[in-house]
Amino acid sequence: MFWEKEKETMDRKSLENLQVGLLREKIEYAYNNIPFYKRKFDEYGITKKSIKTIEDIRKLPFTTKIDFRDNYPFGLLARPMKEIVRIHSSSGTTGKPTVVAYTKKDIKIWADLVARIAKAAGVTDEDIVQIAFGYGLFTGGFGLHYGLENIGAAIIPASSGNTKRQIMLMQDYGATVLVCTPSYALYMAEVAQNMGINPKKDLKLRIGMFGAEPWSEQLRKKIEESLNIKAYDNYGLSEIIGPGVAGECEAQNGMHVAEDHFIVEVINPETEEPVKPGEYGEIVVTTITKEALPVFRYRTRDITKLDYSTCKCGRTSVRMHKPIGRTDDMLIIRGVNVFPSQIEEILFNIEGVSPHYQIIVDRKGALDTVTVLVEANANLFFDEMKKQKLLLDKINDELKTTLGIDVDVKLVEPNTIERSEGKAKRIIDKRKF
Amino acid sequence: MDTEKYKIPQISVFIENKKGRFYNTTKVLKEANINIRAMSLADTMDFGILRFVVDKPEKAYESLIESNFIVKTNEVIAVAIKDESGGLSNLLKTISDLDINVEYMYTFVNNLDKKAVMLFKFEDIDLAIEKLLKENSELLDKDYFKKI
Repeated sequence: MFWEKEKETMDRKSLENLQVGLLREKIEYAYNNIPFYKRKFDEYGITKKSIKTIEDIRKLPFTTKIDFRDNYPFGLLARPMKEIVRIHSSSGTTGKPTVVAYTKKDIKIWADLVARIAKAAGVTDEDIVQIAFGYGLFTGGFGLHYGLENIGAAIIPASSGNTKRQIMLMQDYGATVLVCTPSYALYMAEVAQNMGINPKKDLKLRIGMFGAEPWSEQLRKKIEESLNIKAYDNYGLSEIIGPGVAGECEAQNGMHVAEDHFIVEVINPETEEPVKPGEYGEIVVTTITKEALPVFRYRTRDITKLDYSTCKCGRTSVRMHKPIGRTDDMLIIRGVNVFPSQIEEILFNIEGVSPHYQIIVDRKGALDTVTVLVEANANLFFDEMKKQKLLLDKINDELKTTLGIDVDVKLVEPNTIERSEGKAKRIIDKRKF
Repeated sequence: MDTEKYKIPQISVFIENKKGRFYNTTKVLKEANINIRAMSLADTMDFGILRFVVDKPEKAYESLIESNFIVKTNEVIAVAIKDESGGLSNLLKTISDLDINVEYMYTFVNNLDKKAVMLFKFEDIDLAIEKLLKENSELLDKDYFKKI
């Protein structure tokens, strides 16, 4: 299903022409309205004439989170406050939060982009949608809300937290679509089960739209099974617009990027050069329709790859693979690059492993150690030490083969790993550098 | 041959090597009014396996599950031997000669006159019962553990 079919299925030649035109306009617009970009473009000798083909985007300087911080709070805005209708910000774990703002037109575009990903996932105006993203400064709650309202779905703005009440609402109001983080979806399934609710019989859920954190294919399967739904991934970040940058269609094979609004590139985060087609790297996004806060070549720090092959759904846009991690999630352990998602993938492929795990990195003397805590359950527990050891050895071996480093898997008692109602805390790095 | 009556239900519990975990397990059993007849603790660096024979195995299993413990049930054999030097050695020789594999064993404090009781987990419980009975070993039946 489409929301703006003509735009979503535009042939690639026209799409590229559109992108080049919009990019040229935006460069001039930013130069005239944002002192930060005027300075940068002058420094790099950039004018709209610098862009003749789409590849010319590589001439532009990058924008990073640090630029947002340096221009806190409103230094990057292209419009006066009179035209701004909304301000969001992302939680700054260190220092100041990242502030983003929207004009009326930006909000309209955002609602259309989210409507596209909802339609792509099969949501219709008949659906009852429970949004369990936090409503507030975080773009997830309001972003999904406006988009889903746009397509005419009935929204339960449950916000995050109070899981038992969430499940009661879901059951009593007959929610058919759930919106939240994948880790929270899984937690809800667990709580529902403990409440004696069988999602297959007692709930009407059919679709999940999950985002805001990286998750593996295996986690998708677990969520789909435990909640009896189809789970769709979507991608966005507040610096760009929020959710709606990309989303999966019913093929569940990569997220279609809204390329008539964003230009995406994948680069090697160290060399800053484009990766070979289809290779993993950091996705860099340029906005070409935003009014309040146009951003050029934003370093997302998300690691993914692009797929330009045609999709059976009819959309012509490039698909981005599920991000496998963030450049800042990447753990360098004894010189080896490790993404937590790799560990998750291995764990979930082992029969009976519970989806709750935590990775603890520490340093003993000069050596990094990795301990993976996995919650034990009846499938993983054997009365005989021999069998118990065999299982642990098997997990350790598989981790070692894939990651190339020794990992120590420890079974812990059920419900001892902290559950999250937002983004899951998967990694504890105790090393002091 | 009726081997069923010699299969003694045992409960195994996964516990992390953390302060208070062992106590918590016994507390649950106490609250369920269950008497522990025999027990052993196998430990590793990180976790332990606590094994119990109790007077009311079903109830013990249910109350532990209810308290979110990871529990498995399985079966062991109880063999009474003379409480004197060489008693265990003689039994182990028999077992060794019979070529039956022991997974683990532990002892049991009892009130049998001048007898000690050993609990065994065998790889093949039916085979072990059959062979030990043929050798005239004294196997206790499961009702024995239900008595208080």
